Amino acid sequence: MNKWSRRAFLTAGVLAGGGLIVGVAIRPGNRTPELAKLMEKSDEVLVNAWVKLSPDNRVTVIVPHVEMGQGAHTAMPMMLAEDMDVDWDTLSIEEAPAHEAYVTSDIARDFALPGKVPGIIDDTIKGAFIKISQFIDLQITGGSYSVRATGVRSMRVAGAAVRQLLIQTAAQTWNVPESQIRTDKSFLFHDRTGRSAPYVDFASQVVEQKASNTPELKPPSEFNIIGNNDIQRLDIPAKVDGSAQFGVDVIVPGMKYATIKAPAVFGSKIKKIDGSAALQKNGVHAVVNLGDAVAVISDGYWQAKKAIALVKIELEETGYEALNTAEMLDKFRADLDLAVLNGDEIEDYVSGDARNALSAASLTIDAEYSVPYLAHATMEPMNCTALIDGDTLRVWTGTQNPLGTRNALAKEFGFEPHKVSVHNQYLGGGFGRRATPDYPIQAVKIAQEMPGVPVKLIWSREEDTQHDHYRQAMVSRFKGGLDVNGAAIAWENQFHEKHEPVEAPDIPYAIPNKLIHYTDSPTHIPFGPWRSVDHSIHAFFTESFIDEMAVAAGDDPYEFRRRLLRDQPRIKKVLETAAKMADWGRDLPAGWGRGIALHSSFGTVVAQVAVVDVSGGDLKVDKVYCAADPGYAVSPDGFTAQMESGIIFGLTAALYGDITIENGAVKQSNFHDYPMVRMNTAPEIEVRIINSGEKLGGGGEPGTPPIAPAVANAVYAATNKRFRQLPIQL
Amino acid sequence: MIEITVNNETVNLDVEPDTPLLWAVREQLNLTGTKFGCGLAQCGACTMHLDGKPIRTCVTPVSVVAGRSVTTIEGVAHPDGELHAVQKAWIEQQVPQCGYCQSGQIMSAVALLANNPAPTDDDIDVAMSGNICRCGMYGRIRKAIKQAASMSSQRSSIQTDDAVQKEQVDRILNSETGPDIPVEVRNEPVSS
Ligand code: FES
Ligand code: FES
Repeated sequence: MNKWSRRAFLTAGVLAGGGLIVGVAIRPGNRTPELAKLMEKSDEVLVNAWVKLSPDNRVTVIVPHVEMGQGAHTAMPMMLAEDMDVDWDTLSIEEAPAHEAYVTSDIARDFALPGKVPGIIDDTIKGAFIKISQFIDLQITGGSYSVRATGVRSMRVAGAAVRQLLIQTAAQTWNVPESQIRTDKSFLFHDRTGRSAPYVDFASQVVEQKASNTPELKPPSEFNIIGNNDIQRLDIPAKVDGSAQFGVDVIVPGMKYATIKAPAVFGSKIKKIDGSAALQKNGVHAVVNLGDAVAVISDGYWQAKKAIALVKIELEETGYEALNTAEMLDKFRADLDLAVLNGDEIEDYVSGDARNALSAASLTIDAEYSVPYLAHATMEPMNCTALIDGDTLRVWTGTQNPLGTRNALAKEFGFEPHKVSVHNQYLGGGFGRRATPDYPIQAVKIAQEMPGVPVKLIWSREEDTQHDHYRQAMVSRFKGGLDVNGAAIAWENQFHEKHEPVEAPDIPYAIPNKLIHYTDSPTHIPFGPWRSVDHSIHAFFTESFIDEMAVAAGDDPYEFRRRLLRDQPRIKKVLETAAKMADWGRDLPAGWGRGIALHSSFGTVVAQVAVVDVSGGDLKVDKVYCAADPGYAVSPDGFTAQMESGIIFGLTAALYGDITIENGAVKQSNFHDYPMVRMNTAPEIEVRIINSGEKLGGGGEPGTPPIAPAVANAVYAATNKRFRQLPIQL
Repeated sequence: MIEITVNNETVNLDVEPDTPLLWAVREQLNLTGTKFGCGLAQCGACTMHLDGKPIRTCVTPVSVVAGRSVTTIEGVAHPDGELHAVQKAWIEQQVPQCGYCQSGQIMSAVALLANNPAPTDDDIDVAMSGNICRCGMYGRIRKAIKQAASMSSQRSSIQTDDAVQKEQVDRILNSETGPDIPVEVRNEPVSS
């Protein structure tokens, strides 16, 4: 039981009307005017989980993460409600405002210090890391961190602490031992004397209590809410009747609409524009030269869109005007060669002596893989509404990083940070795209043209596709060595441009000699994190090449992997589960194939088996089996949905995703030439969750990396043809 | 001024006649449940019903719908507030993730079931493949459609007291033809 405990500092305050507010503090620190409004007590603390108990005994949880479909607005309160014994039906949530107090320091901490930390020094580390994370403006929702970091470290602790305080108070008031008091659905009970009372009855006394710094968390065997599949997502009802408000839906009285057109070639600067024809159009208020883009402000989006086509733009040359995808790939290859030649590769993961082992191996194979650039294509195009009023700035948008956006705007435009407010809305897809604040900055630049007037900037789908921050294109080279018995003894992998997470190119397999190294090969294409970041790229490479090694060894791809996982029981079990689900080894009709792939990311182990049918001459993914171990699935159905989502997202990349560069610019523009998996091409997906009890892992991203290699491996099984490049085109 | 009926209310739209219905409804009527996804009849986010049939409103000029009857996601539930069977099934199956595509998905599904109360998987493929869900909830959408089809208490989605409209609705409900979607694909200028 104690392994769930975490040290925490608590602060409590009385709300107007007799309610209670309790925060779990990471460390004593600066109190801010925003928080002061919520509090009547003067304790000085920095808090990252809040719970409010209102006079009608209803509970509100303040969640420091944004909702972009991953279910954070449900999983977070579930974790708090579990340890506080809250009546789930009376619970509601609020998203935390963009404010330092809600900094998600756990993200920074886990990036910088992965792995286990002894409980006793936990607070010290958190204290240090909150400073870092404030400095780097993290209130980010990404890295599948909501549940695994904030949920475990703050939500559960807050819930347990509040419950303990209430029990202490009730025990004193009723004059009975604490151990005789039980809690259920926001009520306290003393069964022997038949007494019961709602939590809120003790609210005003709770603030006088001294809280334990190590509230006891429930063991999984006592969970009612965590892991309960009957709990429905809180945001779903508003998403079936049209009432959910996304960034693009914001209505501010007196609002004008704007759209934008940026030069096709990244980095182009605008020399001059002629907006006279556009300005003559009905309802057009302004044509704005932003230096790196043109905007039109008008009474409606359609008017702005029609008018912007009339703006004549003169550009400065960038030097990239002749650049195409093929030359970029050649440059990557040349840089890889050069790094080896010069011996200045950067070593990433090294064990044994791979180069020696390769020359001694009885069989070696090598291969070159590549992936193209990819856009995020969130369903909701980028948009942001901005209003400048004297020295204050208000923006309404959907962002994965509200605080970072606020601070970026304050800095860019010289506002006092506390005069900038970011009103975050539901995100019509994030996938990493909405972690970059380029579109709010643009919106504010445009709004500067009409101070006092709210302006809503909406990008067209074409802008969204052509001015994204892309998943990078990459070339990756492999050499594998087998001994006389067909055992894998050497693995060498070279690639270029490393981002995060650092472990993405590493493999779990027991190959004694391993050399993974990389070099830099920068381009002018803007980079952005794309669902699972480097994982989706490297998983395709490594899980395809391990398949090639299995084939070279004359072994079954599943058995080959399994043998190499002898020291990794957790990972092995996930692989075995996926194989069993898929009936691995059973015959398939001619022209069908089965492929397996395995990849761990964000603390979750995922194995997938794809079943493909190429008998008709084209590639049809018929079924995907997915086994996943997230440690413990807080919301099993929510986690399953995340796996399904991640698989379809990765499948779109495997089958279609191809952003090509022509003359320095992105060629694709909309869904007709940047296609997506649709209803008629979506496979059936079966997910099995393994609750191993290990440290909690993420859900939003880990489903994506294994699917592309699983499909490529299945295509190999069906056709004997190895596809080393995405998208797979038969 | 262009007069149309939206969710059984007559409204006048003060927009240029080539304005897509999507933008007129969102910006003039402040009905923002219908979404913009592509502007090119490629994604289905903007789906509304025109006289009961699903249309992509991002490419449907308001001039085309003058005098006709439009239903948006806000008008799908029964007037007494009870959700449509499709909406109930969407909650039951926990379909939405980000939710952005879901108004369009629901409009396509409601129209499908109005035409075809017991759709096969192939029928679902045909009716729903114009709607992209970037969050990939296709499996759940398929299940929810089947569940909605089997809900015995399913009430008609189209509420109208107007005899003429009723006749039209009946005709559409009984017609063999699937949803027809006025699609004018525009070749958008994409670079300067
Ligand atoms: S907005 Fe995509 S079809 Fe209309
Ligand atoms: S739920 Fe996000 S696009 Fe469908």
